Amino acid sequence: MAERFLLRLLVNGVEREAAAWPMERLLDVLRDGLDLTGTKEGCGEGECGACSVLMDGELVNSCLVPALAAQGARITTIEGLSSGGALHPVQRAFLEQGGAQCGICTPGMILAAVRLLEQCPHPSESEIREGLAGNLCRCTGYMRILEAVRSASG
Amino acid sequence: MRGFVPDYELLAPSSLSEALALVEDGCRPFAGGTDLMVQLESGRLAHKRFVLLWKLDELRGIGANNAEVRIGALTTYTEVRRSELLRREFPLLAQAAAETGGVATQNRGTLGGNIANASPAADSAPPLLVYDAELELVSRAGIRRRPYHGFHTGYKQIDLEPGELIRAIILPRGRSRWRETFRKVGTRNAQAISKVCLAAAARCEGGRIRQIRIALGSVAPVPLRCVAAESALAGAAAGSVPDFPMEARPVSDIRSTADYRSKVARRLVEDFLRSLG
Repeated sequence: MAERFLLRLLVNGVEREAAAWPMERLLDVLRDGLDLTGTKEGCGEGECGACSVLMDGELVNSCLVPALAAQGARITTIEGLSSGGALHPVQRAFLEQGGAQCGICTPGMILAAVRLLEQCPHPSESEIREGLAGNLCRCTGYMRILEAVRSASG
Repeated sequence: MRGFVPDYELLAPSSLSEALALVEDGCRPFAGGTDLMVQLESGRLAHKRFVLLWKLDELRGIGANNAEVRIGALTTYTEVRRSELLRREFPLLAQAAAETGGVATQNRGTLGGNIANASPAADSAPPLLVYDAELELVSRAGIRRRPYHGFHTGYKQIDLEPGELIRAIILPRGRSRWRETFRKVGTRNAQAISKVCLAAAARCEGGRIRQIRIALGSVAPVPLRCVAAESALAGAAAGSVPDFPMEARPVSDIRSTADYRSKVARRLVEDFLRSLG
């Protein structure tokens, strides 16, 4: 039997603490421990990308990160993208282009797109497809999602 | 059903020597977690004590001397595909890294973890076999090197002594004038496990194949180096497709059938042979 430990994170710029089991999924700490339910669970096995968050600036599937591996990390979830009530440009593009249907994939899709555009501000279509390849949309609304990312890339 | 999380110990040592003591004490290595967390989720993670290697800098980094490139076991797929050196000298490995999982998986999945996980479908394995990779293994007793070829001894079995960890993957340099290919056949390039995967390289001179390396994934209980095919094909006219023995022994499973895998594996090799003309 393991013991709980005090997990310290910088979540969306705010220091947060939660008691966690070492092997507890970061996804569960965010949703249940910190009440950040914008991060969604899809497959729970790293296939769908619905639980994507940024950890120390890089995209990860939070269902595959044990809490202990996140100790001291900087996490960005979908709740942390807007600032002062204004949507992030990628969020606005998804809204304007209709890049969301049921919405389950949207938080992960937007975080993957934000990270892609940080690394590659003007991606080609194939670069967008590759950057989002780990994020599945169960409504298959991929064309609008591609258009949203393209429009956000200016 | 998911494993009961409080049952699982995960310890975070601050140095490699602490980690090795824990491994000697029966802890299993835990790197990026992209395979182990999936096993935990499905209730198949039998072992309960793990040592988290992620923060050990001793296991990171890509370095080189004149003779070889040394890749720390915790090097992620993202680091492999971003490495200028690997892209230039070992392009099949960089390509395999780019076609493994999606971005999030590539950010956490490690080369050493992929080897230790020992899936016959691992896409990084055929390039490592083609490049004559060696493994640097470390334990409290010391360091040893061994060829990667032969490291997988059976389905999900590896030749690691108790107390040992994979510290680095070594690739011999000086490969000039080799023609190479990496082909992954699956339902989708990213985020899909291969039905068949081929890495091959050949050096031709005077219109003949002088040296050839062929390795296949997902067609045997282990990542397969096709030595019988290699020796049959050495000396053949470049661009010809002579008959050659295939060591593939695929099974039918959820992703494909044995028959399809056998046919495609042979055709991938034939395509490569034709391209040498």
